[in-house]
Amino acid sequence: MAEEEAGRRSAEVDAIYVKLGALSGIVKEALLSAYDLARTETTLETARLVIEEVPVMIYCARCQAPRSVHSVQQLSCSECETPSSEILQGRELQVVALELRS
Amino acid sequence: MNPMPRILEVRKNILKHNDEIARSLRNRFQEAGVFVVNLVSSPGSGKTAFLESTLTKMRSDFRVAALVGDLATENDANRLARSQVPVRQIITGTVCHLEAAMIERSLEDWNLRELDFLFIENVGNLVCPSSYDLGENLRVVLLSVTEGEDKPLKYPSIVNSADVAVITKTDLSGAVEFDCAAAVQNLQAVRPGIEILRVSAKTGSGMDGWLEFIASRRRDVVEHLVWHS
Repeated sequence: MAEEEAGRRSAEVDAIYVKLGALSGIVKEALLSAYDLARTETTLETARLVIEEVPVMIYCARCQAPRSVHSVQQLSCSECETPSSEILQGRELQVVALELRS
Repeated sequence: MNPMPRILEVRKNILKHNDEIARSLRNRFQEAGVFVVNLVSSPGSGKTAFLESTLTKMRSDFRVAALVGDLATENDANRLARSQVPVRQIITGTVCHLEAAMIERSLEDWNLRELDFLFIENVGNLVCPSSYDLGENLRVVLLSVTEGEDKPLKYPSIVNSADVAVITKTDLSGAVEFDCAAAVQNLQAVRPGIEILRVSAKTGSGMDGWLEFIASRRRDVVEHLVWHS
């Protein structure tokens, strides 16, 4: 995906910015080591992978507001303890941006 | 000449390709009126026994079929074939999960209109299958009593991605001192509001409740379709 975008602009990629949700099912370290293998001998050989970890946020029906949770093992409001399965963020596995060499 | 922007916004899901195929599968399933169930669990949790029992019990009332994923063997498909419904094996090789493209390929020559239910038995793995949408209507996570009550806490992502949890091998609860209340509490902590069923494929206990549950879920989808057509 990054190669495609960079190729279209005939630019070199310095960095790939990725958002990784706590519930994405992917571990940061695993993604970094997989990326290290995948980039070998590609146009992304020198591009860094910058991972932003995204914590889970739920919508709390009692507070009527977005709230953080204690952990991915306990999806309840960090303020009032009400459980919620309405997840607002935390499932991301997304390429957010590319840093191109100018 | 304009200077090239340093930062290029992309905002694309890494699994976009899979998500797109899953979306097109979901449309196909809906048009054909087939209700699709994706079974996920760790290896050895009793998916195949549960599915064999399900298929055998359902085949007199519904048109059912199954796709079964495995890393290396056709053993599961051979076991499921005893239920006398159409079964197809997907051998994934080294891939530890099923992807939407594998489902699409396997269904190429199937007429989905001839089916009421399609069951997909995922590769036994509680990690990777959570990220791959297969276009299913219902994702069911199985947890056997022999695995311990804290499995949901160890694999929160997959439990959170599921619609239903089925506790299997309940006939062994006593022997392994399974604490069902703790298991239910852990499932509810990770996925508040999740529907939880308890079954033993061996004794048949709880199977009727499971069959009624999916039949009613399918009715919801099909009646919804009729309403909108």
